[in-house]
Amino acid sequence: MKGVYTWCAILAIVFASVVGDVLLAHAMKQVGDVGALRRRSGLVAVIRRTLGNPNFLLGVVAMAVAFFSLLFALSWGDVSLVAPAAASLTFIGNAIAAKIFLQERVDRRRWIAASLVAAGVALLAG
Amino acid sequence: MNLRNYLVLAGVTVFAAAGDSMLSHGMKQVGSISLRHLQGVIFAILNPWVAVGIVLLLAFFATYMTALSWADLTYVLPATSLGYVLLALAARFLLHEHVSPLRWLGIALITGGVGFVAGGPALTEHLDRETAGVTAEGRAAAGVSAVKS
Repeated sequence: MKGVYTWCAILAIVFASVVGDVLLAHAMKQVGDVGALRRRSGLVAVIRRTLGNPNFLLGVVAMAVAFFSLLFALSWGDVSLVAPAAASLTFIGNAIAAKIFLQERVDRRRWIAASLVAAGVALLAG
Repeated sequence: MNLRNYLVLAGVTVFAAAGDSMLSHGMKQVGSISLRHLQGVIFAILNPWVAVGIVLLLAFFATYMTALSWADLTYVLPATSLGYVLLALAARFLLHEHVSPLRWLGIALITGGVGFVAGGPALTEHLDRETAGVTAEGRAAAGVSAVKS
């Protein structure tokens, strides 16, 4: 039974992190280059513009859901299962979601990289 | 991509690794949280390791957002995984723990994957984007990759 709980929590982490990452990446592209913006209008303007972006706020909510799912998963399951499973599945999910929703050019180079990193994380975090 | 950008990516890596390991150390001390006793979550945050872990993860978040403002998600993400490599190397050379061959293979795979991504362009060029902060290097690199692929 604990195993089912753990995998449900892992899937919740993966789903919430992918949604959060996509929303945050989209929000920061709308905000624009933070370094250039800070030089032009100051740090306060950067923070105000970031916090005022609805996609950013939704992304933070999704990340909070992912964070608490992680706390639950870690309390139910072994860190040697939860960490690598969640991290490597999030990698693959993010590559797919970035291509579909952010229209990033996920070329062969980036697919290979995402697969290598996902495999490496699974080995290393296990 | 200039030195400042690489420093931000290094910050993403280090803060994520340090924050995650402190959080996991703290949660081991706290123990199981049950769905019926959700106030356990609040006690978890009161644990000093968990608290410091959260502060470090906030620093990670700030650097991560900065990186996402000038680079693709699929470019920044592999950088976060370099943290696992840092942790394994620290375990081997600072704590003198044994690192198994499978873990060395994991280190090689992640390093290779990051190298693959780092060799390519940092940002996808969108024609309709409000190009507030797209750098000249990003544009040039995108052009180069279009020719290659």
